[in-house]
Amino acid sequence: MDAQVKKKKLGLKPRYQAMTRGLDWQTSYQDMDKVFPYDKYEGIKIHDWDKWEDPFRLTMDAYWKYQGEKEKKLYAVIDAFAQNSGQLGISDARYVNALKLFIQGVSPLEYCAHRGFAHAGRHFTGVGARVASQMQSIDELRHYQTQAHTISNYNKYFNGMHKSNHWFDRVWYLSVPKSFFEDAMTGGPFEFLIAVSFSFEYVLTNLLFVPFMSGAAHNGDMSTVTFGFSAQSDESRHMTLGIECIKFILEQDPANVAIVQRWIDKWFWRGYRLLSIVAMMQDYMLPKRVMSWKEAWEMYAESNGGALFKDLARYGIRPPKGWEDACEGKDHISHQAWNTFYNYNAAAPFHTWTPNAEEMEWLTEKYPDTFAKYYKPRFEYYGEQHKQGKRFYNTTLPMLCQTCQIPMVFHEPGDPGSICYRETDHQDVKYHFCSDHCKEIFTNEPEKYVQAWLPVHQIYQGNCFPEGTDPTVEGFDPLAAVLDYYEIEVGKDNFDFADSEDRKNFREWKGGVEEEVSP
Amino acid sequence: MSNVFIAFQANEDSRPIVDSILADNPEAEAVYSPGLVKIDSPNRLVVNRETIEEEIGRDFDLQEIHLNLVTLSGHIDEDDDQLTLSWEH
Repeated sequence: MDAQVKKKKLGLKPRYQAMTRGLDWQTSYQDMDKVFPYDKYEGIKIHDWDKWEDPFRLTMDAYWKYQGEKEKKLYAVIDAFAQNSGQLGISDARYVNALKLFIQGVSPLEYCAHRGFAHAGRHFTGVGARVASQMQSIDELRHYQTQAHTISNYNKYFNGMHKSNHWFDRVWYLSVPKSFFEDAMTGGPFEFLIAVSFSFEYVLTNLLFVPFMSGAAHNGDMSTVTFGFSAQSDESRHMTLGIECIKFILEQDPANVAIVQRWIDKWFWRGYRLLSIVAMMQDYMLPKRVMSWKEAWEMYAESNGGALFKDLARYGIRPPKGWEDACEGKDHISHQAWNTFYNYNAAAPFHTWTPNAEEMEWLTEKYPDTFAKYYKPRFEYYGEQHKQGKRFYNTTLPMLCQTCQIPMVFHEPGDPGSICYRETDHQDVKYHFCSDHCKEIFTNEPEKYVQAWLPVHQIYQGNCFPEGTDPTVEGFDPLAAVLDYYEIEVGKDNFDFADSEDRKNFREWKGGVEEEVSP
Repeated sequence: MSNVFIAFQANEDSRPIVDSILADNPEAEAVYSPGLVKIDSPNRLVVNRETIEEEIGRDFDLQEIHLNLVTLSGHIDEDDDQLTLSWEH
């Protein structure tokens, strides 16, 4: 009898070598520097690209196989969720507002990352880095698509999702994530890797995908958990790329250390500011909570990031400059962000609310040093006003930070009773900042940040009204014109949850069961 | 000394992998939260292909862990037989 002889396959390490080396060529008709114009100007010196190794040693053939399996699993869940009216199984309709923020502000970043990695992959001269960037570029496109497909089921039943792409380019708070990623994409390829792969993916992304997705599971949202964890399974590969790229760059040349350190300082702080929105989602928007922002920060940033920077000390890298201020902020930023959106909910296409009694208690317990003292009285006052039919909507526009584009709502470090303001002059124009770190980012590259498209400035300059609007006519209502330009459906997409169509509909679908909301 | 960690979706595919890791790393501890299991271990953690194969009774390609992997920390080294996470300080 003939025994079937199994063909001997290459082991993981030789297979990785075979599939990632020698795939490039030296150009001869054109100068290499002309074909790869961006790989030197940042000042990063690379002597031997062959030292780049993907620790997972994933090759394109294995990549397609495993990604295909992940997709099959995910789409089976998405279909089952839609078929079985999974949207009725969520904890309560307030939860959907977290998904609105996700599709408005996070999913478009996945698409930006797809573009960014395609660009970086094109412009590195090392093949290992190009293959890794290619995989990540495809991953990010997959994330955008799976998020759009998953959340489209919710869009059939709830407001606040129908124009998310249109909003991303216009609505005031979405300029925060948009400008973050456009800042990264317009850096050189090495800065992009340090910004996205290292500072964001490795140091900060766990805070977005891990506790929040666990929260989605806890709130009965099977489809979001599945896309979240399916994305996160790619994310662990991206994090690996992040730590690999930083080791590689630092080991290539001692002159790289100072350049990389400045990028880490910059991108840690940019990412931290961006995550204010995630802090608020975790503490205020999940009706059933898994852990507080503060606990997540301690677990994933302080303990894990601490270990990372201890490890990188051997290269002469220190923790980012904003590290201590970020750690001090863990007691505050979720409350400050939620307060801001509560104020400006007339101009935001999702709902806010004041925490109910049980939630106030949870927040007090999780933030023993700050919540009861600084934030609870505010929410109680808002709740009282709302009960009397005077729901507070702030109608004046806030001052924005020139760098992170967030309204000036953060406290002076160490002094929660006052707001932190910084300013600087550049070519006879004054610029304003929310922190020392945002100011320093500006002063390092003023030519870049003077170009910022700040939503508040644009509104005041008349650039955010529908075409043909005449602001000089009697009775002109600028806010209404801006909402019209945004294409927000007033009374459906915006305002307090308590008064919303989402709430009314959900109650009817559930047969009149009342969720516990305040007031 | 710092912890390394690895986290998986809490499902039936991951269960034997988690059990194998806990068996091979006596200092490792598993923490469960909704949908997720996270394993912390001081300084180092090893995932062995052989232990998983004994657990599930079939051949296992270590790269299959990508299907249910959620996150990890530390420096990674992987070959056909094991995946190691470690900090070097």
